Amino acid sequence: MILWIAATLIGMGALAWAFRYAGQQITNQAPKFRDMPFGVAYGYVLAAFCLGWLVWAYMQGRSSDLATANKFFFLRIGIEGFIIFAIAAYLFRLAGRSIGTAWTRKMFREMPLTAAFGILIILIYAFVAIFAGQIPAKFIAYSASLGLILCIGLFLVGAPEKRVQAIGIVAVAFALTLAMYFIGPIAPYGQEQIIPGVAANITPGGDPALGGNPDFPLGTDQIGRDILSRLIYGAQNTVGIAFATTFLAFLLGGTFGFLAATFGGWLDQILSRMVDVLMAIPSLIFALLLMTIASVWAPRLGIPLTVFMVLIIAVIDSTRVFRLSRAVGQNIVVMDYIEAAKLRGEGFGYIIFKEILPNATAPLLAEFGLRFCFVFLTIAALSFLGVGIQPPLADWGTMVRDLAGFVNYAQFAPMAATAPLLAAGAIALLTVAVNFVVDWMLHKSSGLKE
Amino acid sequence: MDTVLKIILQRLALGIVTLLIVSVVIFIAVNMLPGDFAQAILGQGATEESVAAIRRDLGLDQPLVTRYFGWLAGVVQGDFGSSFASANAASFSGTTSGTTTVAQQIAPRFGNTMFLAAVTAAFAVPLAVGLGILAALYRNSVFDRATNIFTLTSISSPEFFLAYVLILFLAVLNPIFPSLSNIYDGMAFGERLNKSMLPALVLTLVVTAHMMRMTRAAIINLLASPYIEMARLKGMSPMRVIVKHALPNALAPIINVVALNLAYLITGVVVVEVVFVYPGIGQLFVDSVKTRDIPVVQACCMIFAAAYILLNLTADIMSILSNPRLRHPK
Repeated sequence: MILWIAATLIGMGALAWAFRYAGQQITNQAPKFRDMPFGVAYGYVLAAFCLGWLVWAYMQGRSSDLATANKFFFLRIGIEGFIIFAIAAYLFRLAGRSIGTAWTRKMFREMPLTAAFGILIILIYAFVAIFAGQIPAKFIAYSASLGLILCIGLFLVGAPEKRVQAIGIVAVAFALTLAMYFIGPIAPYGQEQIIPGVAANITPGGDPALGGNPDFPLGTDQIGRDILSRLIYGAQNTVGIAFATTFLAFLLGGTFGFLAATFGGWLDQILSRMVDVLMAIPSLIFALLLMTIASVWAPRLGIPLTVFMVLIIAVIDSTRVFRLSRAVGQNIVVMDYIEAAKLRGEGFGYIIFKEILPNATAPLLAEFGLRFCFVFLTIAALSFLGVGIQPPLADWGTMVRDLAGFVNYAQFAPMAATAPLLAAGAIALLTVAVNFVVDWMLHKSSGLKE
Repeated sequence: MDTVLKIILQRLALGIVTLLIVSVVIFIAVNMLPGDFAQAILGQGATEESVAAIRRDLGLDQPLVTRYFGWLAGVVQGDFGSSFASANAASFSGTTSGTTTVAQQIAPRFGNTMFLAAVTAAFAVPLAVGLGILAALYRNSVFDRATNIFTLTSISSPEFFLAYVLILFLAVLNPIFPSLSNIYDGMAFGERLNKSMLPALVLTLVVTAHMMRMTRAAIINLLASPYIEMARLKGMSPMRVIVKHALPNALAPIINVVALNLAYLITGVVVVEVVFVYPGIGQLFVDSVKTRDIPVVQACCMIFAAAYILLNLTADIMSILSNPRLRHPK
């Protein structure tokens, strides 16, 4: 095995040399080939080799021999998924470049494909999360009145071109909500619904010959709930709870951070030392310790454990937000315009909300994305370990833990292994998407052009 | 040299103070539990007298401060008390000889976790630094972009996703490594390595990305310096410029991020150990969290926090030592 790998690597070295030599001869010593280091030539050959292997593996995955096809099934799905996502992101960016206001069009023009992919995925997740279940009519009424108030408010104070935009956004959102109200929920079944007369552990794929059922394209879990519905509701629960937790962490950390930066002195000292101590304990470990204690208290107080989890993770993560907002705030506090505001006799509230906050938006926004990823991963890890979001709420981390055993059947029934991987992949996809967007935002705001 | 020693001692003292405060926090957190250890050991049907007797035995009738110092004195001597789970078993069988102390439970598992961390570090550090140098050398090329996307993906995936994907490809579809790491004492080194290979690979994937990105950023940061320009104008090859001139000056941030990631390794192994049923300290921690075996939870927490603080301290000291400007402060 090792001998084979070594032989292949050496063979590729020879190929790389031949490739460079041939390039030099054919192009008559073009500078590109003449000055090419051996490492670069080797890289080209390696890349060609990898591409070739992927194509070969893809063809294997489509072969008619079932054993071979099963073996390369996941690679095939992975490659197809990658290509589909790349095309979707490209089309999305293309659409963004031609639709929308001048500002969004410019944004899409400068956007790398990865960031377009990230934004597309985030939009899809938000859509699925909001419309997973049947939306109540009340919700439409509330959101419509909220939109109306927003529009009226903008008419009174906003600039004319902003009015058109606002009305457009509100109208589109309203139309979408109304349409989804009549179309119905995305999830075919309820998240806690055990469908009567349906067996447990139906294999995904919907092929009756392999133990599937066309009514349940992703099969059912160990007590007969529809996995597809639970995946869709998982978007609502997992992402919603993570979002709420991040928001809370920002409220806590941001408020105290800016307070510490503006007031300084003993308040700053006390808060900073407290945060230092909390940050000295690894966050997942501390969260697990506090969850142990909360799991004893929760039934006594009659409060769901999930509420405790949100509070615990929010407090732990707010320490990181505190650090950032304090550092950003301190840089802004020493500016001349703050001095001017103080001399004008403005209060602390005005200084924090009107002077510091608008100037700290960019780093805080990027931090919000990153923090969301961390919170999301922590919640997923806690749920995976069995102490996070509690059943019967559908949640991706718990689903991975419950269905993980099916990975072992991948060789014979590849579809059976997809359910746990889909749940885990759903988590990974969102965090990857958010990270791509944040990476692009940071790159753009830091003005790095290299 | 004198000032260096002074700085190191200062940092060390600060680390010990932090650890003390952390121990207070952990102790208070655990004491926020309703009821106490005596009730927990004896269960529902305990009489008042037996609860009082156990309280006296364990010293639970003492005030909180006394108990804290008693516990701390034990911890310093390596005695974390005895675990609930084993105390329960002992009270059922009516003997006290069967009780295992927390320290006995933790010691072998701590060794296993350190082994896993060491194997991972042996893979991850050279790989990360090598990839970082290559990415800095061929920056903005296809290679750089591909590595960037790959590392971002592996940073942001949850560990269990990476773990199951690796199990799928390397254990189920192509049986190269075992998917369960049942390690026991007295195992031959080769077999042990083989069994802990998959968890080590998952951790490598998670950790490498961060270290590699930092290495790349640290080197690129330096490439605009005049002395790099000079080296380039001398006609040095780009690889030599980076390895001989840029790398030594980029060492401080690289060492820092390596140490931080090793700290992550020791604490972040929890999920990976659970997936692979690796008998390490992280798995023990999760099991005790589920059974509410408080002494074990407390002890594991202290060990994790100590390791975390120690490695952060090492990072701090190493970066001071590698930077002359910090070594000789004005």
